Amino acid sequence: MQVLTYLQHPWHWAVAGVLIGLTVPLLLILDNKTFGISSSLRHICAACIPANISFFKYDWKKESWNLFFIAGILIGGFIANSLLHDSANIQVAAATQERLATYGIRDYSALLPADIHLFTLKGLVFFVFGGFLVGFGTRYAGGCTSGHAIMGLSNLQWPSLVATICFMAGGFFSANLIVPYLFKWLS
Amino acid sequence: MKNLKYIIAGIFFGIILVKSQVLSWFRIQEMFQLTSFHMYGVIGTAVIIGIISVQLIKRFDIKTIKGAPIVIPDKTFHKGNIIGGLIFGIGWAITGACPGPLFAQIGAGFTAVVITLLSAIAGTWVYGALKNKLPH
Repeated sequence: MQVLTYLQHPWHWAVAGVLIGLTVPLLLILDNKTFGISSSLRHICAACIPANISFFKYDWKKESWNLFFIAGILIGGFIANSLLHDSANIQVAAATQERLATYGIRDYSALLPADIHLFTLKGLVFFVFGGFLVGFGTRYAGGCTSGHAIMGLSNLQWPSLVATICFMAGGFFSANLIVPYLFKWLS
Repeated sequence: MKNLKYIIAGIFFGIILVKSQVLSWFRIQEMFQLTSFHMYGVIGTAVIIGIISVQLIKRFDIKTIKGAPIVIPDKTFHKGNIIGGLIFGIGWAITGACPGPLFAQIGAGFTAVVITLLSAIAGTWVYGALKNKLPH
């Protein structure tokens, strides 16, 4: 069972990077599928709430491999958290821990902060407002970190480079100028 | 079932997302506070492996398992790559999740993330409804 114990530890970034990178040729070789996850959100809209909007009028069933892939991700998350669970605290850089402490975040027992509760104003902003920006932004940008930053850059697509730079710019702006104030104002 | 292979590929991908901790809100904060190399290491390595893979596929004319030629459509630039990209980046730092990790987080038992997912679907829908009025 030594392999299992080893797999339970957090994986090194290089191991994860190689495996995520290999997802690109894996999906291409399986059947010409270009890696990208945010399009699954569009297929869900097209399948469930098309509302006669032209953007959602297409044959989503043709792209349904993507929905099976996200179902797999969900199951994978479950397996990793049950079978391969590591009970140690998340190791976060001291400088970030110091900053998060000023936000009132001190619990590092799980991958997500237990200090943000859904049914609070702060929680609503994080889960509802944040989620909306993720869905709206990725579709407007034509892809997310998988479609643009991994697949697009792998295929040397310059629109993907522009999008990835903007993902990062938005993230830096948000993490340093929006998130700290959200915590201050909404606490 | 022809889609079983995508479920299996997804399972592996979901496990990687959890074990590499790239779906952790803390890791995203570290990345944007420049206090850890972890996320840059993961994304950088993935892109390098991806570029090498795609080049090898093109150079050696590698086919799919069904024997069909591999075709990767080119992406065309539009203003949404910039505006949408910035909007997504802001949401990414707040929620600590991009679309892939959202599903893995829910699978890993963070049930509140279902709300983030529903909200992301709503965001996608609103984009679809407003698409013709937005600059592209």
